[in-house]
Amino acid sequence: MAIDPIDARGDLRLTRITKSYGDFTAVDDLTLTIPKGSFFALLGPSGCGKTTTLRMVAGLEEPTVGSIHLGETDITTTRPYQRPINTVFQNYALFPHLTIFENIAFGLRRRGVKDVKEQVDKVLNLVELPHLAGRKPTQLSGGQQQRIALARAIVNRPALLLLDEPLGALDLKLRRQMQIELKWIQREVGLTFVHVTHDQEEAMTMADTIAVMNEGKIEQMGSPADLYDDPETAFVANFLGQSNLIKGRIDGGDGENLVIDLFGQKVSMPKSRSHAVDNSLYAGIRPEKFRISRTGTEVRGNNLTGGRIEDVSYIGVSTQYVVAMPWGQELMVFEQNDDGVPPFNKGEEVVISWEPSFTFGLRGDEDVEAGTEVNPEEIDE
Amino acid sequence: MSITLPKVRVPYLLLFPGFAFLFTFFILPIINLAQTSTQTPISGGDTGQYEQTLAFSNYVNAFIDNREQFARSFVYATLATIFALAIAYPLAYAIAFKSGKFKNILLVLVVAPFFTSFLLRTIAWKQILGEEGFLVPTLRNLHILGQQTTITSTAVAVVAGMTYNFLPFMTLPLYASLERIDPRTIEASGDLYANGITTFRRVTMPLSLPGVVAGTLLTFIPAAGDYVNASILGSPNTKMIGNVIESRYFKIVDYPTAAALSFTLMAAILILVTLYIRKAGTEELV
Repeated sequence: MAIDPIDARGDLRLTRITKSYGDFTAVDDLTLTIPKGSFFALLGPSGCGKTTTLRMVAGLEEPTVGSIHLGETDITTTRPYQRPINTVFQNYALFPHLTIFENIAFGLRRRGVKDVKEQVDKVLNLVELPHLAGRKPTQLSGGQQQRIALARAIVNRPALLLLDEPLGALDLKLRRQMQIELKWIQREVGLTFVHVTHDQEEAMTMADTIAVMNEGKIEQMGSPADLYDDPETAFVANFLGQSNLIKGRIDGGDGENLVIDLFGQKVSMPKSRSHAVDNSLYAGIRPEKFRISRTGTEVRGNNLTGGRIEDVSYIGVSTQYVVAMPWGQELMVFEQNDDGVPPFNKGEEVVISWEPSFTFGLRGDEDVEAGTEVNPEEIDE
Repeated sequence: MSITLPKVRVPYLLLFPGFAFLFTFFILPIINLAQTSTQTPISGGDTGQYEQTLAFSNYVNAFIDNREQFARSFVYATLATIFALAIAYPLAYAIAFKSGKFKNILLVLVVAPFFTSFLLRTIAWKQILGEEGFLVPTLRNLHILGQQTTITSTAVAVVAGMTYNFLPFMTLPLYASLERIDPRTIEASGDLYANGITTFRRVTMPLSLPGVVAGTLLTFIPAAGDYVNASILGSPNTKMIGNVIESRYFKIVDYPTAAALSFTLMAAILILVTLYIRKAGTEELV
C-alpha cells in the first residue's frame, strides 16, 4: 500500500541502522533525526557510507539492522515506489527515450495526478527551462540536465527530497551557481532536502545542518559554523577546512579556562571547547585565526615564540605562511592583506598569536592525520 | 620521394578495397541475375540454354506458380521470429541484469552453437524430433501427441528448427541493448512511483527497443530465405521459397524462374523491413 504523503510528512528518523555487505560494514549503528523542512547534508569522503545511507532512505537498499521512520510511519521495508520520497541521482538518470516534459510528468502520471500539464509547466518555470519541454535529455547540457532531474523530483512534492552528489558532474563555476539556486529552490518549495556530498564547501554553502560521516559512523553533527569553529575530532577538524593541531598537556586552570602547556609554552583556552578525556590533548587553531608579529613586538592573547617563516605564498586576498616552530612542527597561517603591513620574508623570526577563545581541544590519542589524506575531488560511487 | 595525398582522396582510398570487392562479387552478379531473370529458353536448344528476350512475364509466372511457398516463407519466418523473441528476451534480460559473475559464461553458451556447423545442428534436430528421440515418445505417453502423430516432416519441425538456429541472432542484439541501459534509470523509475511491471513497460522495454528491432531483422531476413530447415526437417508440404529457388537452379536448371523468384523475394523483404523500421521508429531511438 502506498503511503499518503500528507500523513508521512514529518521528521525522518534513522534508528540504529547498520548495513553490511559480507564482512564489510558500510553503515555502522547509525542513529539520526532529520527535522522536517531542513536542508541537511551528509558529508564525508568516498566510501564513508553516506550514499548507502541515502539509498536506504530511498528504499533502494534495505538495512541489515535498524529502522527508518518518516513521521510516525515505519518505512524500513516499504518498496521505493511506495515511499513519498524522490531522489536526484548522481548522473541524473533521466529517461533517454522520453521528452523533458514526459520525464518530469513520469511521477505525476504514475500517481494518476489530474493536472499534469499545469504542474509540469510550473516546475519548468521554477527551474527556468520552459523552452526545453519538447527536447530529449541528450540534447541538453549538463547543467540543464541537472535542473530537469531536480524538477522531475520536486514536481511530486515529496515528503523528502534526496540529492546524491547532484552537482558532482558540473564544472566549478556552474556548481557554485547551482548551489545558490538549489538553496533558493529549497526555501521556495519548503521541502526537506537531504544532500549527500564529499565537497565540504558545497555542504557548508547549502546546508542548515551537516552530519560528517567517516567509516560508516557520524563523527559530528551541527551547523556549518559549529562544525568549523568547534570540531570534536581530528577527522572533522581536517576534513572541514584546514587545522593546526599542536600536541599539548592540560596544566591546570580555573573554572572557565584551561591552561595548556604546548612544548613548554603556556597558553589558555575555554574549558567548554576541550574534548580531551585526560590531561593530554591536541590544541587546534584554524590557520586564519593566527596572527604573525615580528619577534620583540608586544602581542595580546595566546602566543608562541621561536617561529621562523619557512614559506610565503601570496594569493591575493590573503598571504599564506608556513611557520617552522622550535619543536619541529610547521604551522599554517593565513593573513588577510588588509592592514598595509608589508609581508614577512622567508627566514624571519616571528611570534604567532591568537585569541584564546578560538582554540579547540581534541583528545590526545587522536590521529592528527585523520581526514587529511582523502581526496576531496573523488566521486563517491 | 615523398608522397603527399590531397586530403580529400584519403577516404576514397580507404573505401576502395571494399567497393572493389562488393562490385566484383555483389553488383556484377546482381546485374547478371537481373539479366537472367528475363531470359527464355532458346528454341530447339539444350536444357539450360537461354537467350535474352526481356520476358518480364517470367516474374508474373514465377510468382503465380509459387504463391503458396512465398506465403509459407513469410508465415514461417514470422512465427520463428516471434518464438525466438519470446525465448530470447527473458534470456537476454537475465544475462544482462541477473547473471552476476556468470555473465561471460552465459554469453559464451549463447554463441557456442556456432562452433558446430549449421547443417549438422539442423540434422541433429531431426534426431531430437524423430520417432526414436526422447521427445515424441514422452509426448505420446503423456497423451499430448496421438500415437500415430509425428513431428518431423511437419511445419512444427521447420519452425522449431528455424527458431533454434536463429536464436543467437536474436539474443545478442537484445543483450547488447539491455546491457547498455543505465541501471539508475530503472532505479529512478521505481523512485518515481512505478512498480516493477510499470518500470518494465515504461522504461526497460522502450529502452531495449533498438535491440528488439535489430534482433527481429537479423532473424526474420535470413529465416524468410532459408531452405535448409525446410529441406531437412520438412516435407514437400512445407516447402519454402528458398527450396523452390534451390531446386529451380540445381535440379530443373530453370535459371530465369529462379532469378525472378530471388528478385521477388528480395523486393518483398525490403518492403516489409522498410515498413517495419518506419513503424518501430528506430531513428529516434538509436
